Amino acid sequence: MSWLTPSVIAIILAVVKAIVILLAVVICGALLSWVERRLLGLWQDRHGPNRVGPFGAFQLGADMIKMFFKEDWTPPFADKMTFMLAPVIAMSALLIAFAVVPITPTWGVADLNIGLLFFFAMAGLAVYAVLFAGWSSNNKFALLGSMRASAQTVSYEVFMGLSLMGVVAITGSFNMRDIVEAQHQGMWFIIPQFFGFCTFLIAGVAVTHRHPFDQPEAEQELADGYHVEYAGMKWGMFFVGEYIGIVLVSALLVTLFFGGWHGPLLPPFIWFALKTAFFIMLFILLRASIPRPRYDQVMAFSWKVCLPLTLINLLVTGAVVLYNATPAVVH
Amino acid sequence: MTADTALSAPLHAAQDEGVVGELKARFSADMLIVQTTRTGMPVVWVPREKLKEVLTYLRNLPHPYVMLYDLHGMDERLRTQRRGLPPADFTVFYQLMSIERNSDVMIKVALSINDLTLPTVTDIWPNANWYEREVWDMFGIRFDGHPLLKRMLMPDNWQGHPLRKDYPARATEFDPYALNAAKQDLEQETLRFKPEEWGMKQQSDTSDFMFLNLGPNHPSAHGAFRIILQLDGEEIVDCVPEIGYHHRAAEKTGERQSWHSYIPYTDRVDYLGGVMNNLPYVLAVEKLAGITVPARVEVIRIMMCEYFRIMSHLLFLGTYIQDVGAMTPVFFAFTDRQRAYKVVEAITGFRMHPAWFRIGGVAHDLPRGWDKLVKEFIDWLPKRLDEYEKSAIRNSILKGRTVGVAQYNTEEALRWGVTGPNLRATGLSYDMRKARPYSGYQNFEFEVPIAHNGDAYDRCLVRIEEMRQSLRIIDQCLKNMPEGPFKADHPLTTPPPKERTLQHIETLITHFLQVSWGPVMPANESMQIIEATKGLNSYYLTSDGSTMSYRTRIRTPSFPHLQQIPSVIRGSMVADLIAYLGSIDFVMADVDR
Repeated sequence: MSWLTPSVIAIILAVVKAIVILLAVVICGALLSWVERRLLGLWQDRHGPNRVGPFGAFQLGADMIKMFFKEDWTPPFADKMTFMLAPVIAMSALLIAFAVVPITPTWGVADLNIGLLFFFAMAGLAVYAVLFAGWSSNNKFALLGSMRASAQTVSYEVFMGLSLMGVVAITGSFNMRDIVEAQHQGMWFIIPQFFGFCTFLIAGVAVTHRHPFDQPEAEQELADGYHVEYAGMKWGMFFVGEYIGIVLVSALLVTLFFGGWHGPLLPPFIWFALKTAFFIMLFILLRASIPRPRYDQVMAFSWKVCLPLTLINLLVTGAVVLYNATPAVVH
Repeated sequence: MTADTALSAPLHAAQDEGVVGELKARFSADMLIVQTTRTGMPVVWVPREKLKEVLTYLRNLPHPYVMLYDLHGMDERLRTQRRGLPPADFTVFYQLMSIERNSDVMIKVALSINDLTLPTVTDIWPNANWYEREVWDMFGIRFDGHPLLKRMLMPDNWQGHPLRKDYPARATEFDPYALNAAKQDLEQETLRFKPEEWGMKQQSDTSDFMFLNLGPNHPSAHGAFRIILQLDGEEIVDCVPEIGYHHRAAEKTGERQSWHSYIPYTDRVDYLGGVMNNLPYVLAVEKLAGITVPARVEVIRIMMCEYFRIMSHLLFLGTYIQDVGAMTPVFFAFTDRQRAYKVVEAITGFRMHPAWFRIGGVAHDLPRGWDKLVKEFIDWLPKRLDEYEKSAIRNSILKGRTVGVAQYNTEEALRWGVTGPNLRATGLSYDMRKARPYSGYQNFEFEVPIAHNGDAYDRCLVRIEEMRQSLRIIDQCLKNMPEGPFKADHPLTTPPPKERTLQHIETLITHFLQVSWGPVMPANESMQIIEATKGLNSYYLTSDGSTMSYRTRIRTPSFPHLQQIPSVIRGSMVADLIAYLGSIDFVMADVDR
């Protein structure tokens, strides 16, 4: 057992941790389908799935069985390769981005010093899922959906990046752990970066294509848009991918603006989970409560309201940071 | 035309013979044949050569006939009781409506089987387009100069013209249906949309157009409705609505059901209207038979009709908000409808299609305790309506989606035959319950809500306010329900009176015949318009002195509403179309019949 040096053990441990975390995220994402339906049921004066297991909690199992046994149909007119690739990207891009999220002081997949940039890169890749799906399906509704998706993503990613630059400026680091620690020493960034929080939340909803930014799907208009030709497990991957997106954006909101795992009394992991669950619920509540603006109104909102707001926020933050910095530090 | 002129509209003159005088003064009197009917309007036969001239004259009179209310035909070949009428194999009739006169006139043209052609009137009233196509489809009558005379309700490759009397009405009279691969391909090819046929271009100078087939299966098409969009990006350049997928031959069925057994079919025409569909039909039959119903019957009928108006509007409200993307209110609206259904179920014993009105009355008396149920409901709903308004209707996103969207003015609405809340949203206060009260509506106090912009948002506001007014009417029914019988004492009512059957054999035989064959209605024509849930609905019945109707024409409001779509939506976006479709409030059964 001489090869079992401490460094090898560390590697094995890190791999196990990574697998555990990623599996947990996937399962959380899948379970969310049940949570969402139950919550919607509660708010909409109806039951939701309550038959399988206690409170319908095993509904996920039933859904999985259904999806696995459905015919995995690929339309003959589709571009096969791209058609298969799209759901894989949809599920994996945001899942991989979860690697940079620090869950507790000791748990987390990767401690990248470009953490935030990595998330932006992955969020940028995620739009290819929708693009590929819409293009390869060879369906006009899907095409319109992906057209909307690309336009929407372009406009919302512009200020999503900018909305977090205030946080980065205050902390002086892209590393997520540094950002959490900075909040522990000072205050939660929700207060100094309130406008950053607002715009990032909006951009986050848009990136996950959740209501009211579900323009690419827009059931009432495009009849499910980009994934209209998908069935079985391929559709399931889009479905789970969307929930993983919600978990990721909620976790990021907690990490960047709500002090990550920090909190009194309870252990760090519980704090992290509770805060994340709160934002997940917020996502679902949004879906239950508001109508969908028209596509061009969404775009106008992005360029005319959100972008100027983030720019002003960044300017003010920069000014404050410079003002507070002692002249000695400024070289 | 402004709201003010309409408010001062004269009382409805049932047989407004003034227009006949005007016609006789303008055209030679021996050319015009005036037919006496019980339709409540002058019916004038004109020769084919003069038709266009007469119609143009009526359109341009002082106090003009602005709306082509209905246009259809009749196969006269088997009609026996037509004394005094010009010889005809087929007839086409034009029912024109004047808002300023508050009266109608019907112009009829006789046609011979050897020459079934007429000039088109699409240049006078644009909504003649679909009606003429339907007449071509059903009778094989051609309209010269029509932009595109295609079949309307039947598939393009259909053989024969179904409403002709020599066309069988029962499936058993045809060979058994079979579908093989070749036939399936042929049917599918028939459904393919060919833009060139409609004079649409594939590209403009700057861009290629996309033709998007929306429906007949689409979550927001509100039934089996197909609309083909010519898109430049997401902007709608032009569109072609396609109907007929829900056609069940309700008019043909009328010709082989007894007067009584046809009532359940009427329920299914506007399937959200329930017993409100029975009303124009039984009122028209009662006019034929000369039955006057007791006061209690009138009030019960009004109460049930207003219940169904509320239920239809609640469904509209829920789906309308859902169409603009908010998923929750539809569930609440359905919960409220359920409460209304509780009352309807207790009174009629059925939910959606009670078929509860009878010729001369209603099926049975109100059950014990009905007043408590009704009271519960009218106490419940107002709070909920306020809540909808506060939480959903005043929402700024919803307003952003609907204010100024799919807007049209009163003049356009009348030109396209738009009626009901969709007309009142443009600022014209024209409600049949007030304008030409029927079934005792003149005894009730209520207001006619109107709005002024005629956009998708106003159409919703008008309906919400209408629900409040309906509650007011129901409340008055509750407080003033007259005592008395629930059915008229008349030999032609259905089911026929039975009290004396076991005393004379003659009465017993007559009763037996009236139950098995149904009553014989005197030969005549009658018509009744009502303010249905979606607009003006009417039944125009022709009796040939038989146990069955000779011709049943059902004019439904949704048919012209859908025809208007292209003129309103050109230049808007796909999302606007969805909001517009939601705001029209149509059901396909009401379009296709």
